[in-house]
Amino acid sequence: MKNAVGRDIPDYLLVDGKEVYQGKQYMDGKYIQKVGPRTRRYEKPQETKVVASLVDALKLCGARDGMTFSFHHALRNGDFVANMVMKAAIEEMGLKDLTIAATSLGDANDPIADYIEQGKVIGIQTSGIRGRMGEVVSAGKLKTPAIIRSHGGRPRAIEAGEVHIDIAFVAAPTSDCVGNCRGIGGKSNCGSLGYAITDSRFADYVVVVTDCLVDFPNFPASVEAIDVDAVVVVDSIGNPKKIASAAARISQNPRDLMMAENVAKIIASTPYFKDGFVFQTGVGGPSLAANLFLEKYMDERNIRMGLAVGGICKPMVELLKKGKVRAAVDVQDFDLDAVNSINQTPGHFEMSASQYANPANKGAFVNKLDFVVLAALEIDTDFNVNVLTGSDGVLRGAPGGHPDTAAGSKVCIIVTPLIRGRMATVCEKVVTVTTPGDCVDVLVTDYGIAVNPLRPDLVECLDKAGIPHVSIESLKEKAYSLVGRPDDLQWEDQVVAVLEARDGTILDVVRKVKPLEL
Amino acid sequence: MIKRPKPERFRLRRTMMFMNAQKPGLIKDAYIYGCDSIMLDLEDAVAENQKDAARFSLYHALTTIDYGNTEVIVRINGLDTPHWQEDIRVCVAGGADGIRIAKCESAQDVHTVEAAVEAAEKEFGVEVGRTLLMAALESPKGILNAYEICSASDRMFGVAISGGDFRKCMQTTFQPDGVDMLAARGQMLLAARAAGIQCFDTVFTDLDDDAGFEAEVRQNKAMGFDGKSLINPKQIRLVHQVFTPTEKEVRQAEKIVRAIEEQAKLGIGVFTVDGKMLDIAFVPGAKRTLKLAKACGMYEGDLV
Repeated sequence: MKNAVGRDIPDYLLVDGKEVYQGKQYMDGKYIQKVGPRTRRYEKPQETKVVASLVDALKLCGARDGMTFSFHHALRNGDFVANMVMKAAIEEMGLKDLTIAATSLGDANDPIADYIEQGKVIGIQTSGIRGRMGEVVSAGKLKTPAIIRSHGGRPRAIEAGEVHIDIAFVAAPTSDCVGNCRGIGGKSNCGSLGYAITDSRFADYVVVVTDCLVDFPNFPASVEAIDVDAVVVVDSIGNPKKIASAAARISQNPRDLMMAENVAKIIASTPYFKDGFVFQTGVGGPSLAANLFLEKYMDERNIRMGLAVGGICKPMVELLKKGKVRAAVDVQDFDLDAVNSINQTPGHFEMSASQYANPANKGAFVNKLDFVVLAALEIDTDFNVNVLTGSDGVLRGAPGGHPDTAAGSKVCIIVTPLIRGRMATVCEKVVTVTTPGDCVDVLVTDYGIAVNPLRPDLVECLDKAGIPHVSIESLKEKAYSLVGRPDDLQWEDQVVAVLEARDGTILDVVRKVKPLEL
Repeated sequence: MIKRPKPERFRLRRTMMFMNAQKPGLIKDAYIYGCDSIMLDLEDAVAENQKDAARFSLYHALTTIDYGNTEVIVRINGLDTPHWQEDIRVCVAGGADGIRIAKCESAQDVHTVEAAVEAAEKEFGVEVGRTLLMAALESPKGILNAYEICSASDRMFGVAISGGDFRKCMQTTFQPDGVDMLAARGQMLLAARAAGIQCFDTVFTDLDDDAGFEAEVRQNKAMGFDGKSLINPKQIRLVHQVFTPTEKEVRQAEKIVRAIEEQAKLGIGVFTVDGKMLDIAFVPGAKRTLKLAKACGMYEGDLV
């Protein structure tokens, strides 16, 4: 059945009330039945929840074949914990038929690809999938289709019981002996633990894995002892160098700077750019550089940013410290400056992924966004964006908060170079729709700006400000004239991943890539 | 193959951005930054044993990339090298808008290049006279001969000073107030204006010194330059800002031209507007402002 973005969704996926994507805000006003976890009572006071090993913790939680384990990705590419847990479960305990429900997976999780190939891991639910895992899933080696959700779609699915977490593993930079966790104060600090919060509240069992046991109480805690069954102390939960980079530097690449300047100009041309505006930007070159130019416009008009939503890194922390931003809330910290700022700098707070982006709750922060600046791997002439699959059709990306912020914001600006190497970024049809075009408002490339015809109000703003813009079709043609029109990808029938829209409907599917024959 | 329109000898040239002709990644779309002219370099940026490779890269760029309204000029190697003749053939065959003569010291240098350009135009079936020329003055001798150089050919559209080499010759270094090149800049400007061609200042190389760059650009503008050579796209915005007339200047120029025309009809030669004395002598300046404004896309009237 064709959905609202023209993608053909196989009927066999449309069972148990699953629907195809119908357009933005389709679920507005409908009801959600939240589920609760079945958790063990600990009436008898416990001196400590620290157990000797991961295996002991798994046994305590009744780990068995067929379970779903959850992980968060606050340690990003430095994470050791998901691999450690899966190794203990599969190699030491001999478990099989496991499903991994992670907030995201990256190159750091490459070893898990082996367990997929061995058939021990049969399901993956995640926001991002990269590296070898992306390759093996795209090759059709995972027993069930992977389910890809946005950062907001995931807590929605958890709360609705569409994914039931048997055991949540919380990698924690610090924990006390009963499981109060924080993202700071240890040796592998990550700042916000926002992605772990929903999991800890909705999983049947919660295991904290830390490399820094601190005195009780470790407060204010992100994940609280009231939800935790066991604490495991390991040598190291991650590689600090890959968890938080040194300060994110603003790009000096003239192409990035030019695009960033245009982004700021566009923002400043709209009526939403006024005192107290709410803003989110990615950490990619041009997105981050937009901060720099935006600050100039804020100074010129003598206005302050009301709230920065993030993903936070140094440039935003600096604005906060300078008093140019009243508050920052984040689910994730990208560099050490942000890690050291959260809950320390006045006005810098942590939020959970649900609070950030869940479309089914009553007040997600994304719904307050005036502007979001995002990147894209591809964008097509319907303004549909792909941030998941590469030009070869292989899974190598992450919707993350992209669809959530795009849908919630008043102005969603995509900033990307027109071409990358020999690939056209602006194209006729994206490989996979991860953010539907009805949520995307403006495209900024190095070759020109295009406004979604759905937003005549923004066209008027740009015209009034004298910002030149062209049709997205002309940008696509320019791209093809430079690098050529690519051949269509060749797929097999097998669906290897289902891409859920944030509201739970099916936005697209990714099929098995046909091996290249020369 | 891209056929560029016939170059205009006098056009808007506030910014001329240098880039190594050998680097496809740089030259493939340098026009996107919005500079008025790009300067593809075959000279100092290209290593001695890469000159041929750079010429190939240049030729293919010129013939396959649509630079649109951005002027494309090529800096060729000096006349004291074995490269310049082949450089000229490539420029003409590829259809470059103009050639910058490096280390130009005399009218004879211009004539030498002009002869080679004309021969190449005939060789490749290009309209004779199409390819424009400009000279870079890099030595005291070049500065002293500035007027004969500026007036040496109808192909000459401009002259530029090259700070690095010139300062070396003068045994001085960069000075924030510009005193190191004050005399040379002045002499070159006099010569250019006397010959009726454009005049461009040298590059500013410290990309981190925003204040120093702005000071130099403002001094350039105050001295009467038409534009400046650049080494990085991020320098474009400020130069355009400084060299583009302000809205107020444009309105004032419009007012002056209109008032003088109207008063002339009434037989009045000198009068005052907003407390300032005006006569016919103000017209060329005001019209030049309007022409510049028109070229910058901020004046659409019919007074020029």
